[in-house]
Amino acid sequence: MSAPHTNSDTASVTEGNAAPEAAKLGDKIRCDACPVMCYVKPGMTGACDRYANIDGRIVRTDPHLLLDRTLTTGGAVVPFGNSAAWDGTLIDPERHFVTAIGAGTTYPDYKPAPFIVSAKIDGTDMVTVVTEGIFSYCGVKVKIDTDRHLGHESSAVRAAGEAVGHVTTGEYGSQMLSLGGVHHLTGGSKKEGRVTCETLLDLCNGKPVELSVDDGARVIVQAGGPPIVNGAAEERMRVGCGSATIGMFAKQWFGKVDEVVVVDDHITGVLSEHQAGRYLGAKDSGIRLKGRRSTPGRYFQVAQPGTGWGGTDITDPLTILEPFDPKRARPGLTMLMVSTTGEQFGFYRLDDMLRPVEEELPDDLRVSVERIRENCEPALCTVLFMGGAGGSLRAGVTDNPVRLTRSVGDALTRVTCGGAPAYIWPGGGITLMVDVTRVPDNGFGYVPTPALVAPIEFTMRLEDYAALGGHLDWVRPLESLAGSSESGGGEIVMAGRRAVAPHDDNPWPAGPAASGSVR
Amino acid sequence: MSRAQIRMLPDGCRLHLQDGPIDLIVEAFGARDDIRRARDAATARFVTILDELCAELPLLRASVGRGGYPPAGIVAGRMHDAVAPFACYGFVTPMAAVAGAVAEETLAGMRRAAPELERAYVNNGGDIALHLAPATSFSIALIDRPDRPSLFGTARIDADEPIRGVATSGWRGRSFSFGIADAVTVLAASAAQADAAATIIANAVDLPGHPGIARAPACDLQPDSDLGSRLVTRAVPPLTDGEIDRALSAGLACARDLRDRGLIEEAALHLQGETRSLASPDAPASLPAFTPDRREFVHG
Repeated sequence: MSAPHTNSDTASVTEGNAAPEAAKLGDKIRCDACPVMCYVKPGMTGACDRYANIDGRIVRTDPHLLLDRTLTTGGAVVPFGNSAAWDGTLIDPERHFVTAIGAGTTYPDYKPAPFIVSAKIDGTDMVTVVTEGIFSYCGVKVKIDTDRHLGHESSAVRAAGEAVGHVTTGEYGSQMLSLGGVHHLTGGSKKEGRVTCETLLDLCNGKPVELSVDDGARVIVQAGGPPIVNGAAEERMRVGCGSATIGMFAKQWFGKVDEVVVVDDHITGVLSEHQAGRYLGAKDSGIRLKGRRSTPGRYFQVAQPGTGWGGTDITDPLTILEPFDPKRARPGLTMLMVSTTGEQFGFYRLDDMLRPVEEELPDDLRVSVERIRENCEPALCTVLFMGGAGGSLRAGVTDNPVRLTRSVGDALTRVTCGGAPAYIWPGGGITLMVDVTRVPDNGFGYVPTPALVAPIEFTMRLEDYAALGGHLDWVRPLESLAGSSESGGGEIVMAGRRAVAPHDDNPWPAGPAASGSVR
Repeated sequence: MSRAQIRMLPDGCRLHLQDGPIDLIVEAFGARDDIRRARDAATARFVTILDELCAELPLLRASVGRGGYPPAGIVAGRMHDAVAPFACYGFVTPMAAVAGAVAEETLAGMRRAAPELERAYVNNGGDIALHLAPATSFSIALIDRPDRPSLFGTARIDADEPIRGVATSGWRGRSFSFGIADAVTVLAASAAQADAAATIIANAVDLPGHPGIARAPACDLQPDSDLGSRLVTRAVPPLTDGEIDRALSAGLACARDLRDRGLIEEAALHLQGETRSLASPDAPASLPAFTPDRREFVHG
């Protein structure tokens, strides 16, 4: 009756619990841990999913551990909202699954189970109204710390072949993607909407997603992880643009090498021409670069954007040089070429024909290259969920929705997403941004509309809640809940707090009442 | 029974019972004494169930279509009775209803011990038996895929409706399936009946002969499987909209038939992001009985 699984992520083998007596039949082993007496094939589990045949022995895979882990990380209580006015169903399938049923989570390979959750209520002098909003208008902004060219601005970004967003204006050291939004979710084909929704959901829940940019790169993005561009993991951000790098390291180079070129897709820096080099007294080297000179020692467009040196498409840095000027250059002149991350470098000496010939990097220069690397921050992908809660979601909080908007605008009401602080965009509506890595695991869900479901809590003082026309009838003190299932009674209420393992960095949104969270 | 594990979950409300392959989450609502009596009864009833079932396991693993003796045990009897009406849909064994029947029997024990109980549920890995006193209700949230759990709807079950069982079946789940549905969720009069029906409908959601669907003999995966050498679904490739529609339509026809025979109340079928239900066979986004859209949208 059970599907075998061999997923070692979910089945932790505890040797100590090993080995009920076993009889063999071929490579199958008969497990006598329980009266079902399953024959278990190698690498598979019996009907219970608890005992597996691993290397010819029956070994216990411990689902209780799994249950405990999921319960402690997921939190134990999730309120379930509903009222006559508002069927404010709290949708957090993963955590509902963990917290409301639990049975499902004891199976590493569990059934797709419906689940039951009971009503939990909170509200002392602080009120937290917990809902999970369905966001048709939502998306993610992705910041990818890399100078490698991912694609041209406004190029389409695709997942599974469907357009899910576009490349937007880059930031210093980072490429930016804007994904999702109502047009991709509901404005295109059904498949486009579904794939967009899955992409957003996976990104918000911290899963890796492979994206491809039209006429650009393939990149694997995972919130909090390094980007993987065309199969290569990006390790570090550039220390700065090429010109900035010259500025930062000119002193360490001066006197050790005659010329330094910092190759960068944005601004390639040349020490001898750069103000920083001039200031130190660097001499004209006769170097000539391709591209367009911006100001002395600063060159735009020395090559095409790409995934080679410093975010350009080059693999041989000499290709960005024109022949040295014979009037100014001299044989024996030394030159360091280095990328803005220090990951690529080359040391050259001009021969009698004034051609650069590569030599081994001298130790005193190696130190400076390593220092560039050392000064580069780890390259990360960061994902901000952005959505507008300006619509009827507010009716779940108050009879007079615009008062909630104003209350948020006046900072009387704090907005959090699964306890994570949210930035509220100024202006009309409640347009929020939140770092998905600060939201509890799998805090986001979806509905097949398609639209994303995100947790959202409005926290305010009780009197402020009353003032904005809150559903006071539904507010109950936390104590009335403690350890009791009697208060459930089939009444489903929508003012409450969800108890989840709080993120270490998040300030608790609700003040003193927070200590009473049910867990 | 030292083998079974019995404990309260950390919320102090839900009881977790486990024995061999059976995992139950039990919760009762009502007066304090009734809750206590119900928990004790659930535990008392639970600890012998696995032995009772194993005593006649070979019979329970045999097709009900073959005649023969009805099983002797109470749970086994519930299983047999639940699957018997489905014999005409092809090969089915009482094991198709085991999870629901165990939930049902445990709940029955609780109700005997605490007749005044307001509400209770016994959830056996997603197959759920419900008790509802008059004028009470349960809300149930439904998900479509276990590996990407997300809610597609909620069902509110009121005491005056003839629904006391909820079950879900699909190839991604713990049980094997002949079909390709990600999940089929059924509401029926009893948990065992819902369990058996979900299995049958999930089997019917299929594209026979589709070359991309990987299938393997059940006995190659689990030597003792009641399904023997019959092919069970192991992987389903991305399907075209037309294929999805065809497979779901086949399942829906089966579900409709079961409803017309009075065996189920409602069914929702999911395949690769598409959802159909008896209540709204053509409009996947709106499932009146499951009411996913009673929640208002933030926009549009």
